[in-house]
Amino acid sequence: MAKQLIKGNEAIVKSAILAGCRAFYGYPITPASEIAEAAARYFPSAGGTFVQAESEVAAINMVYGASAAGVRAMTASSGPGISLMQEGISYLAGAELPCVIADITRGGPGLGNIFPEQSDYFQVVKNGGHGCYRTLVLAPHSCQEMAGLTALAFELAHRYRTPVMVMADGFIGQMMEPVEFASTAKLPAPPEWAVTGTAETRRNLASSIQLEADQMEAHVRKLERKYRLAAEEEVRCEHVETNDADLVLVGYGVVARVLKAVVREARAEGLRVGLLRPITLFPFPVLPLRSLAHRARIFLSVEMSTGMMVEDVRLALNGARPVEFFGRCGGNVPATDEVLRVVRELAIREGLRPLLTDVPSLEVCHG
Amino acid sequence: MAELLLDDPVAAGFEIVHERPHSFYPEFFRKGDLKDQTHYCPGCGHGIAHKLVAEAIDELGLQDRTILISPVGCSVFAYYYLDTGNVQAAHGRAPAVATGVKRAHPESIVVSYQGDGDLAAIGMAEILHAANRGENITVFFINNAIYGMTGGQMAPTTLLGQKSTTTPYGRDHYNDGYPVKVCELLATLEAPVYLERVALGNAKQINAALRAIRKALRYQTERAGFSLVEILSPCPTIWKLDPVAAQKRVREVLVPAFPLGVYRDRGAEIPKGETLPPRPLPAPPPPLDAIPGLLDIDEQTPDPPAARPAQADLRIRVAGFGGQGVLMLGEVLAEAGLQLGLEVSWLPSYGPEMRSGTSNCHVRISSQEVDSPLVARPNVLLALNEPSLRKFLPTVEVGGWVLYNHHQLPADIAVPEGIHLLPLACSELADSLGETRAGNIVMLGALLAATDGLPIEAIHRALALCVKSARWLEIDRRALATGQQAAREALSNRSQEVRREIQ
Repeated sequence: MAKQLIKGNEAIVKSAILAGCRAFYGYPITPASEIAEAAARYFPSAGGTFVQAESEVAAINMVYGASAAGVRAMTASSGPGISLMQEGISYLAGAELPCVIADITRGGPGLGNIFPEQSDYFQVVKNGGHGCYRTLVLAPHSCQEMAGLTALAFELAHRYRTPVMVMADGFIGQMMEPVEFASTAKLPAPPEWAVTGTAETRRNLASSIQLEADQMEAHVRKLERKYRLAAEEEVRCEHVETNDADLVLVGYGVVARVLKAVVREARAEGLRVGLLRPITLFPFPVLPLRSLAHRARIFLSVEMSTGMMVEDVRLALNGARPVEFFGRCGGNVPATDEVLRVVRELAIREGLRPLLTDVPSLEVCHG
Repeated sequence: MAELLLDDPVAAGFEIVHERPHSFYPEFFRKGDLKDQTHYCPGCGHGIAHKLVAEAIDELGLQDRTILISPVGCSVFAYYYLDTGNVQAAHGRAPAVATGVKRAHPESIVVSYQGDGDLAAIGMAEILHAANRGENITVFFINNAIYGMTGGQMAPTTLLGQKSTTTPYGRDHYNDGYPVKVCELLATLEAPVYLERVALGNAKQINAALRAIRKALRYQTERAGFSLVEILSPCPTIWKLDPVAAQKRVREVLVPAFPLGVYRDRGAEIPKGETLPPRPLPAPPPPLDAIPGLLDIDEQTPDPPAARPAQADLRIRVAGFGGQGVLMLGEVLAEAGLQLGLEVSWLPSYGPEMRSGTSNCHVRISSQEVDSPLVARPNVLLALNEPSLRKFLPTVEVGGWVLYNHHQLPADIAVPEGIHLLPLACSELADSLGETRAGNIVMLGALLAATDGLPIEAIHRALALCVKSARWLEIDRRALATGQQAAREALSNRSQEVRREIQ
């Protein structure tokens, strides 16, 4: 099939339908609205449901109902709307109901603005609702991944019976790139636990209530085992020139795209710089980071926030190597030159030797 | 009594005149230790209401099809008792959950069972909108004018002057508002087909309640739409009354405050024997192999145009006023790159959805993988207005091209050394074609003439993909040619001037 020039937001919708999603409940919010718009256009003709809910609170609860009824279901929003959905996400996790939630992140706190930021990291990756639960989190950095990781999100949601978040910043949602979609569509039958209004499923119950203390603890332990299993099985990340890297950049989303340019330019200056791009933010690529620490001297987390993922990088490395942070926010994306300056400063501080000896001095190169 | 509990009473010669509804579990296995009794207080209306709902489900033969949505409140454990499909919902969200369930399985019978705090306080938005959409669900709304589960706080239906743990001096409308009348409120909406308020104050009222519950469920079986039965119900424990006195209070205090009756019955508005028009069922799903076509992703890869550049690294910034076609121009460029089999990205500087602001986008067209889609140092700037020129001119890379939508630069702007400039009044040229808004495509034509990075065949393909209207496609093709021609002339005049200067 031909590659199609398509917005990241729209790619999510087409890929979801190909993955068997037949229920979309949403509420408009910039920069995620194209997802609801594309869903309104495509879901009904594909035999699915689209409803514009009265609020994000209602939308996530409609998803809860659809998921309990055994239909692959999703919603999408951005920071303020995701905050409202946290109640429902906790109930979905507690009731072990699968679904996919796309968060096209924007600036905050409060109403903030509509430009890209990655400041939803804590509320998305660290469980923004109540109770001991986690959501699996996938972080696309291209329109192709908006499609691919949305399909993966549905597989993981059903494999682990849990909500899965696709977290992309406003730029990944708004930009257009060529995307190649899956060539065939699938439509899995409702799972056996679903409540479908038939004699066979009459005794099924979707509920997050565990009334007795021991029962509740056993349930929470069961959830915990799922998350541990996911941490063993589902870590995904991309390595860019990390093999011989002295300095490892860590970034996701559109920032990772900028960091790829930084790696290229830093290498051209003779600096051994690599990039580790987490594709799953939960589970976080702890072991890949640790193994890089054998060779790399320093790590630099670059984010569109005041420093959120950097906490996970530090936890992963547990003091083995220094972890520095560079961030922009408010809708400003770290610029290639800006990050390069930080890289050069760190290279000097750490005494990192240039890869090549015949490189002209930095001033000549970039004066 | 024990000897009456026979395995087969009919065989023993008894006639069964009344029995537990089949839609009730014979033993409440989900409940823990006390499997033979409900968790409700003696005299509580929930027990009666549950029984009426179970009886009506039995009578209509709906047990296997029914999915009950349990709320938060005293009836949070309704799934202990009703032997139907069960989904437990967050506080107030039962109508939203019911919407998700019902839309997934339109043939199921979905019942949302909610108390007054759940439905009329925290869940007011969900119930209003489910009713307004006319969801084909049935809502049973238990109104006892108090919060029971949490121990006697004010409900939205608590009466004026009534004391509760959070209105210790009595409900005062200046502080707490008035009791919410749900049937009256929902009756202001067009969609609901059936709204009735009943009570559990005595046997006669209970019989009427059963009739209403049955009718509400029947409407759902006919796909007539949204029904709600409000049930005024005793709460002896919180009211601090014995069950008999509590029922008396329902009759003498609640009923006068919340008048019983039918607030909407679309079925009564049509001739007897006819049924209401059913809500349409969703169309049958398409076959799976039709899905890619429905998603517009079944196009086959076209052959790239013959004149495909071996090396490309276009970093383009397009900028202008909203409405000048800035984003569309960028999209055509990106689409052309894709048609050539190159790597491309298009990134808008998106803003609030309104016109007359400034607008710009980043386009990359490359023979290598596109790393950053942000173009900080463009080698092409397409400036459709003056502010854009002022803003982005200093960012243009040496050797790059700047196209500006005017026949000359503002006097105070100097072009940095090594930058190629082509000022051309694109919008005016488009005007002469009868469509000012095609100025963006005039500029695209000019770009093609100035640089030879993109073959025109690719641009034509891209226009055909991006421009849906035949009229506009025709205008844009003319605009493209006009821009090319005008740019060739301007560049040729300029080189003649240069030659003259040299001579």
